Amino acid sequence: MDISGAYDSILYDIAGGFSLLVLLLAGIVCIVWDIFENDEPVLPFVAAMACVVGIVWEVRNLDAGSSTVFYDSIRAYGLASYINITILLSALATVILSVPYLKRIKHGYGEVYALIVFATAGAVMMGTANSLVTVFVGLETMSISLYILAGLVRRDEGGIESALKYFLLGAFSTGFFLYGIALLYGATGTMYLPEMASGFIERGELTLLFWAGIALFFVGFLFKVSAVPFHMWTPDVYQGAPTPLTGYMSTASKAAAFAALVLVLYYGLAPMPVAAWQTALAVVALVTMVLGNLLALVQNNAKRMLAYSSIAHAGYVLVALTAGTSQGYAGAVYYLLIYSLMNIGAFGVMALLEWDDKEGRLQTIDSLAGIGFRKPLLGVAMGVFMFSLIGFPPFGGFFGKVAVFAPAIEAGYTWLAIAGVLASALSGYYYLRVLYVFWMRTEEQADPAVRARAFPVSFSSAAVVVTCALVLLVIGFIPYVRDLTQIYFDASVFATMP
Amino acid sequence: MQIPDLLSVVIFLPLAGAVLTMLARGDQAIRVIALVTMTATFVLSLFLWIGFSVEDAASLQFVSGGFSLISEAVDIKYLVGVDGISLLLVLLTTLLGPIVVLSSWNYITQHRKGYYSLLLILQTGMTGVFCAFDVVLFYIFFELTLIPMYFLIGIWGGEERIYAAVKFVLYTMAGSLLMLVAILYLGHVAGQAVNGGVFTADYAKLLEFNVPISTQAWLFVLFALAFAIKVPMFPFHTWLPDAHVQAPTGGSVILAGVLLKMGTYGLVRFCLPFFPNAAADHAVLFGTLAVVGIIYGALVSRAQPDAKKLVAYSSVSHLGFVVLGIFAFTLTSLQGAMIQMVNHGLSTSALFLLVGMLYERRHTRAMADYGGIARSVPLLTFFMVLTVLASAGLPGLNGFVGEFLILAGSFGSSTPAMAVLTAIATTGVILAAVYLLWMLSRMFFGPVRREENRVMPDLNRRELATVVPLVVLMILMGVVPQPFLARSEPATARLLELIDEKQAAAPAVPTPVSPKKRPTSPEPLPEGAQPLEAKAAIPGYKAQPVRAIKHSFVLQMQDPR
Repeated sequence: MDISGAYDSILYDIAGGFSLLVLLLAGIVCIVWDIFENDEPVLPFVAAMACVVGIVWEVRNLDAGSSTVFYDSIRAYGLASYINITILLSALATVILSVPYLKRIKHGYGEVYALIVFATAGAVMMGTANSLVTVFVGLETMSISLYILAGLVRRDEGGIESALKYFLLGAFSTGFFLYGIALLYGATGTMYLPEMASGFIERGELTLLFWAGIALFFVGFLFKVSAVPFHMWTPDVYQGAPTPLTGYMSTASKAAAFAALVLVLYYGLAPMPVAAWQTALAVVALVTMVLGNLLALVQNNAKRMLAYSSIAHAGYVLVALTAGTSQGYAGAVYYLLIYSLMNIGAFGVMALLEWDDKEGRLQTIDSLAGIGFRKPLLGVAMGVFMFSLIGFPPFGGFFGKVAVFAPAIEAGYTWLAIAGVLASALSGYYYLRVLYVFWMRTEEQADPAVRARAFPVSFSSAAVVVTCALVLLVIGFIPYVRDLTQIYFDASVFATMP
Repeated sequence: MQIPDLLSVVIFLPLAGAVLTMLARGDQAIRVIALVTMTATFVLSLFLWIGFSVEDAASLQFVSGGFSLISEAVDIKYLVGVDGISLLLVLLTTLLGPIVVLSSWNYITQHRKGYYSLLLILQTGMTGVFCAFDVVLFYIFFELTLIPMYFLIGIWGGEERIYAAVKFVLYTMAGSLLMLVAILYLGHVAGQAVNGGVFTADYAKLLEFNVPISTQAWLFVLFALAFAIKVPMFPFHTWLPDAHVQAPTGGSVILAGVLLKMGTYGLVRFCLPFFPNAAADHAVLFGTLAVVGIIYGALVSRAQPDAKKLVAYSSVSHLGFVVLGIFAFTLTSLQGAMIQMVNHGLSTSALFLLVGMLYERRHTRAMADYGGIARSVPLLTFFMVLTVLASAGLPGLNGFVGEFLILAGSFGSSTPAMAVLTAIATTGVILAAVYLLWMLSRMFFGPVRREENRVMPDLNRRELATVVPLVVLMILMGVVPQPFLARSEPATARLLELIDEKQAAAPAVPTPVSPKKRPTSPEPLPEGAQPLEAKAAIPGYKAQPVRAIKHSFVLQMQDPR
């Protein structure tokens, strides 16, 4: 590696990795500040500001040509900015929602915000990685922070269960992942994604070592995005963790894992004949959509239901990846943005309507009967999120669905798209259920504890929820948001291998 | 007088009203805003009738919009217009708007703000469905109607409202999602063939494309399923009685008056011209299902003890006629179907309104609880008799015009089986008279069986205002149907020509689309470090300009030969 130009390129690198650096800096500031002023109330503000600065910076770079920084280890500008915005928006919403929530459950420690920021830094690193090592480092930074956050409430056995399950299974899957990386390195002789691609083209053959590596590698990824059959941890972990942080896990961390998968598939493996894993991905996508939605049907707990729903949504994204075309990858990236907005919103509403003092672990959806008329703002917002999650126009979820199913149809996977829409029809039942409990049951049918409770909504939380809902209402009609994703992927790089 | 973008105003004025309603305070203000918005929309829509050029009824008029939706890189636009097929349905929708608001005036006492704003949003969705000339836009409006309807049934409905609301949404959604897949596929293959490889949802461009016969078969099924559920055709009708009976009166009126027409309209607008060969192949199947629906709906209606349920099932029967007329492929029958859609919208809405008024007075819908009320409510009885006769197809009223044209036209269809089906369908007219007159006699005539029925307030001015326009139109369309028929005739005639042309032109199997360009030599991979200045210079991305839309184009297609 030639480092003679290091000094010249350092400014360029700082500009490219600016939001990552800001996050890391903010994380350190939070930790150090917390040492001197324990649980200083300004800490969440520092974390939120880091996210805002990152978002503003990345918005400026959305249409810049993609490039790599820090010796090709991470990507910057363009696609990377788009992914970072998705992650940072989820993180920002999480921080804002967490403040009143954690204050209420008396766990508003300063470290929490440092951990959220570090997890976000890991997510950003992973979601913009240009080398397998960066993917791994990002993954670990993110996961370890999340293991701690999942078990934040130590007095609650559910939270401990959540954290322990997440940690054990996460560590296990990381093992697969790392082993896969090792084998891939053995097969290709490089950790850098573009070099993997050019290596394939030069050699023109794929070894057994490669196939073994890629299989293990996929297992690790599919675990992180909670695709069936690697989804078992999701419901328990989501149910036990503090609600805003569950929202974070289902959005930012999932978006980062999917983004890394997209980068690996596109930059690292695109020249290979995609048919090789298309079938595998198609099968995984199919069972993920069907099983996720089927199991969500029978859930009584809102967080558990949303956990299974997030499994199903991972299936929709996999449909787009199955297509294996530039359109498919673009659709997946677009879907992740919209999915993050609607899921963080839904978890936000559930966090605000929590009454069981066990982080919502024990409360059923039915207990909230008639809450819509008491809390119309939350009720209407929940209506937007649920209809958007089903995929109803004019909400963002519909445009997301079009973006993931259309490429699959164009690539000849019409059957998968049909299975996908039938699965979403199935999902209609449980999403509509939330709404009929909220709006169509009477308050007399609600749990007495719910009727006795006031459910105060802080201005900042309401602002987050309402903003998510409003953005979902208009995002589909802004072609710019969709078109950006399409310029990031170049159709000519696919399957150039004989 | 020319109003720019009149049609867009007609579509979105109710939406603006909905926002106003949400911001308004006080029950009176909310109702007044809703009524004023709906009335203003109706008045504006009258300019569509006035300005509509009958000679050019086959072409798109009052075209508005043309800008991209979703993405600049694909051909999906906001594009609305009316032609002869949609004009009457748009007017029917806007007419029913103020009527529904008036009918809910005192009936809806809880959560008025939500009710009226949902009603207004629904109005936008329904009007948009009939005006959209872009398939994706159509789909957006089509689905948009479900959301308000879900809440209208579920919040303000009867005892079983939640079951009915969820069933209604799930049923129709399952169908329309499958249609979405078909739309995406069709837009893709049509884009490859006629739009330079760019996905297109533009109605005119999709018409230019002749779908290969082998592809038509399954695309037709996916499209037709969505519409068959919406109509609803036997055996997909089971959501309808639940939804109708549980919905509040206003919701039933909209369901019967407009929402069901979206199904038949979709069949005419999309299924026939896009997939003419498949439609012809399935004509007998659809004709048979339609006739089964006619007879079945009538028989089930006869067996209902509940007046509202009777009216609900009668819709299954009446819309069977419309579907029969559509799939007979003759000008007469298609014209009959067009007018019958409006007729059904008028008469069934009036029936639901009148039954709703009785319910408001006595809080029961069971026919056994009434009897001999003609003496206590003579005005209501008068309008009921007129409506029933119109619905049963008495000459001189509108129902006769539609049913006669459908039956006469279907009998003359070139498909021999159609004649047989028509003969069977004709008995449905008799059955309709049986169940409707039976209801009339049990509820309104005969001895007074219940004391409380002896004194009942008759129609007040507000209620009169809801029924009179409908009844006047029933008589008007029955006596002078020509102006109404004339407006749709050029469009339906053109549609049938188009079907013939396209049937002949459709290739048997898909022509292989040239595979995506694959460079023979390995392309340089997506870059290492690029300079920051390289903004938006990514190779391979072709910004596809969306073609400018000609205002008012004729749906004329070039003969490929």
